[in-house]
Amino acid sequence: MSTARAASIVLAKELRMELRTRELLSATLIFALIVVVMFSYAFDPTPSESRRYGPGLLWIAFLFAGSLMLHPSFAREQASETMDALRLAPISSFAILLGKMAANFVFLAVAEAILVPIFAVLYDVPLVGILWRLILVLALGTLGLVIAGTVFAAISAHSRMRELMLPLLLLPVLAPLLVAAVQATRSLMGDPPSLDRAWVAFLAAFDVIFMTASWLVCDFLLEE
Amino acid sequence: MKLRVSATVVVAAMMIFAGYAALFIAPDERTMHEIQRIFYFHVPAWSASFTAFFVSFAASIAYLSSKRDRWDWLAVSAAEVGVVACTIGLVTGPLWAKPVWGIWWTWDARLTTTFILWLLYISYLLLRGLIEEPGRRATLAAVFGVFAFLDVPLVYVSNRLWRTQHPQPVIFGGSGSGLDPTMGKVLGFCIVSVLCLMVIVLVDRYRLEELRHELDELRQEAETQNLDGQNAPGYVPTAR
Repeated sequence: MSTARAASIVLAKELRMELRTRELLSATLIFALIVVVMFSYAFDPTPSESRRYGPGLLWIAFLFAGSLMLHPSFAREQASETMDALRLAPISSFAILLGKMAANFVFLAVAEAILVPIFAVLYDVPLVGILWRLILVLALGTLGLVIAGTVFAAISAHSRMRELMLPLLLLPVLAPLLVAAVQATRSLMGDPPSLDRAWVAFLAAFDVIFMTASWLVCDFLLEE
Repeated sequence: MKLRVSATVVVAAMMIFAGYAALFIAPDERTMHEIQRIFYFHVPAWSASFTAFFVSFAASIAYLSSKRDRWDWLAVSAAEVGVVACTIGLVTGPLWAKPVWGIWWTWDARLTTTFILWLLYISYLLLRGLIEEPGRRATLAAVFGVFAFLDVPLVYVSNRLWRTQHPQPVIFGGSGSGLDPTMGKVLGFCIVSVLCLMVIVLVDRYRLEELRHELDELRQEAETQNLDGQNAPGYVPTAR
């Protein structure tokens, strides 16, 4: 079986599980929304200020929500003792990892698709002219987040205090991603909006580097 | 053993001389005067920490490809030594910056990269403390070690790009246009001394890891023997 096909089967399994409960998605969404609301309490921004600080806030919300949401992706397998079954399947460990990354990407992307319009309404940030470019930035940034996050979720699943361990491992590694994603988003929300290509290229480079590294180490991550 | 004692004595002598050279031999700096002398320890601490982190990264890769415990011991020892050196760099930096720049800290590329590097390796050490099983701990920590080190150039580039777009007046770090020859010599000697010190500490830390491993093995052996016969000679009940 090809890696792509195996990964899509793992992806389908993850989506099916989530659709049965929908607990992960709703919790992630509400958490990110709370962060966005708290922002207004903490800083009381004017419209021009929210255009300046909004991109940072948005990405902080995604990063925090992601670092909480990614944790069950391996911990759930462990709790129900299905990790061994997955490991026994005649597919490469990269396919398992890839399927889980894809599932996490879908979850986070759905949460973002709901959150960004709410953010735009609450803080009066126009999205109309920049939608496609914004989607590009969001996709590249989210991809980097879930690549590193899924690998680290596999690591932290074996440690004590794992809910706490994942953000601790993940957030410092994502620091360059945060800078790039925020700068790219800010250039889009500026007046006039323009997409800073250097940051888009940086995000793409981040994704490629970490995807290659995950491919290299995936056998060690899932070994018994 | 004898070699280690004499090596320690030599390094101690080097460190004493380095201190003397930094304080009395190196010429006075024109604008910063005495404050600038912290530079003879700040720069060596940075090079020591970076070397140690690189050793840890290389040892992590070596562990993943060979699965020999020794590489894991080296990786954790180097990470710990690197964190200590990095902490020295992070403390001496602001001490120098406050009188010269007028601020303790600036989010410049070099400073930010070092800070993130420090956080990453603290997380690495924390992670090791929280995984029980030794084989798994070694593998997963090595994977994280590789990712953490890969992140360093990315952090640096992102900050470079970011700060060059928004230049800050305070950035004139970097010794810039040439060093006085005596200053250069003293600095070189200080770097060599601190690197030697780092090697000595690293070797000791490695030895400690080896002893811990040995102790664990002996303990396990003792426990299996206790199961065989509780009244065997030399049986001491341990309160664990």
